[in-house]
Amino acid sequence: MEAFGLLLHGFTVLLTGKTLLLMMVGLVLGIFVGVLPGLGGPNGVAILLPLTFTMDPTSAIVMLSCIYWGALFGGAITSILFNIPGEAWSVATTFDGYPMAQQGQAAEALTAAFTSSFIGSLCAVLLITFLAPMISSFALRFGPPEFFAVYLLTFCSFVGLGREAKHKTIISMALGLLLTGIGMDTVSGQLRMTFGSTDLLRGVNFLVAVIGLFGISEILLTMEERLALRGHAAGISLRVILKVWKDLPKYWVTLLRSSFIGCWLGITPGGAIAASFMGYNLAKRFSKDPDSFGKGRIEGVFAPETAAHASGTAALLPMLALGIPGSGTAAILLGGLMVWGLNPGPLLFVEHKDFVWGLIASMYLGNVVGLVLVLSTVPIFASILRVPFAAIAPMIVVSCAIGAYAIQNAMFDIWLMLLFGVVGYVFKKISIPLAPFTLALVLGNRAEDAFRQSMIGAGGDMGVFWSNGLVGSITTLALALLFWPVIDKAFVRVGQILRPAKA
Amino acid sequence: MATPDIEIVVEDPTAPEADSPSVATTRTVDVVTSLLLLALACVLGFDNWRTGMSWDSSGPQAGYFPFYLCVILGGASLYGIAVTLRDRTEAAETFVTRAQLRRVMQVFVPTLLFCLAMQFLGLYVASFLLTAGFMRLVGRIALWKSLLTAFIFTAAMFITFDIAFDVIMPKGPLEAAFGY
Repeated sequence: MEAFGLLLHGFTVLLTGKTLLLMMVGLVLGIFVGVLPGLGGPNGVAILLPLTFTMDPTSAIVMLSCIYWGALFGGAITSILFNIPGEAWSVATTFDGYPMAQQGQAAEALTAAFTSSFIGSLCAVLLITFLAPMISSFALRFGPPEFFAVYLLTFCSFVGLGREAKHKTIISMALGLLLTGIGMDTVSGQLRMTFGSTDLLRGVNFLVAVIGLFGISEILLTMEERLALRGHAAGISLRVILKVWKDLPKYWVTLLRSSFIGCWLGITPGGAIAASFMGYNLAKRFSKDPDSFGKGRIEGVFAPETAAHASGTAALLPMLALGIPGSGTAAILLGGLMVWGLNPGPLLFVEHKDFVWGLIASMYLGNVVGLVLVLSTVPIFASILRVPFAAIAPMIVVSCAIGAYAIQNAMFDIWLMLLFGVVGYVFKKISIPLAPFTLALVLGNRAEDAFRQSMIGAGGDMGVFWSNGLVGSITTLALALLFWPVIDKAFVRVGQILRPAKA
Repeated sequence: MATPDIEIVVEDPTAPEADSPSVATTRTVDVVTSLLLLALACVLGFDNWRTGMSWDSSGPQAGYFPFYLCVILGGASLYGIAVTLRDRTEAAETFVTRAQLRRVMQVFVPTLLFCLAMQFLGLYVASFLLTAGFMRLVGRIALWKSLLTAFIFTAAMFITFDIAFDVIMPKGPLEAAFGY
């Protein structure tokens, strides 16, 4: 019950006029970003990050996480009204959401989407509230070898479990890790990979890279498409909301199942997309009438939205407790934390209690406020899409430039941002995933430090990563995940050999 | 309940044509990117080898970790090249069509010019020029609308960052004339 008391304290930190105002601003900006074509959670957070540089850490993170919630809510609006998924994880929402809108049930579909997002996030936040303190107090016993093992586990699970071609994930990750090595070496003070350039001395800033990769490249990608759109406008009345909510208990199995899938996949990296599809497919499989899915069934909106949001929120759990982001957006939030000199990880729960519990409380409050806000303002946000992209694109470019420059007041960073924009554009088109790159950029230095510290401590003996039960099992698990596709194949083959023998 | 369907319709006057010829295949770009990455891995790997990639009395040297990353990056790129060259099914996939490339350049070139202009004219003037020019030339939006939007946007940015949040941006002769 200690968590409960601390949470209440978190609410008192939060309930000031200024924080609540920032929360609203964050949510509105987030929904705005979520609705705009080609922009979503990670881009929104990356572009708007500089706004928060002059705030105190608690206000800043509250605003940033609200941008994140807002973007999650906003993605559903375009999926349902325009059949344009704002994010990859909204794709499953369009399957039934858009048919509902075509049948004149846009309001119902939107209410269902927002409500289920809220339920999904709430489940994940509950999980964070009770699990994060436990994990972090356990992780306080970690030394450098354990931390390196956990980082290794994160990297390996991306390679082993990702859907992209393995070598492309490895390229993306190795490149990210290499870039973090540029500049002054923190252990020996030597210069690495600077080639005599004074600008490279500072290293490649994580946020500059992220703004280029997610902001500029997204503009380039969006411009390739035909940007004309056609969609339904919808207003939500209180009667519709109550009608949908009255039916809600009927779908409790779907909601619970999707929340569970979401929480589980959210903690493992890169889960939101998989979670939304899995939630949808399972709801379809367990339904008595699977053929009606895809033709405008409200359950087909509930299932993926709940799962996607549960997973988007649960991705913050490993970030808070261990300092390892579970998604691209979480990685950017983590980068934000580091700008304010907060070192995410288990110590955060001890050293910055106010901050952590303020953040967790803001997840509760942000979702409630977000739900009310989004239900009442859908028509306004849907009409944002009337603004032509030719007006929005230059504004996003300017915001990106402001963001990249503000971090270190360096013109060099602007050019770096542009370079990363092109890199992101090419990588996305030849399907080199960007999430491992982001993760590597944010964790690179710490992974290297942990590795070298454990090497120094053990006198260069790799055996340190198997020196006790805990670190040994994490390292073994990491290697098992890395070679998971091979192991999986071997299992199947063994099964094939054994089966005829039994028969 | 059937909501009266007020359709939202947005036109895109300069959209790329669907039947535009291909400029490059995904396969070509894939190989070129892999070659570039391989070159990068070699250059960085050499630099790290020079820095020291072995062990001394205090543990691994500064270049140790990055050197092996270069090896991994180089290896993965080589593997990528081999796979792409062997697998011929990808050949037909278009990386970008001519019309698409033109549109991408329509936003990339102004962005490049904006970054250049930022150094001489300051961020805010460059931002005004970018927004107004882009809206007028690419979006074919009425001149007065473009100028007005650009002015309001730039002014809002100036007030938000320079005045309200104290985030100092590069400035040029115009701001100097006003005493900033």
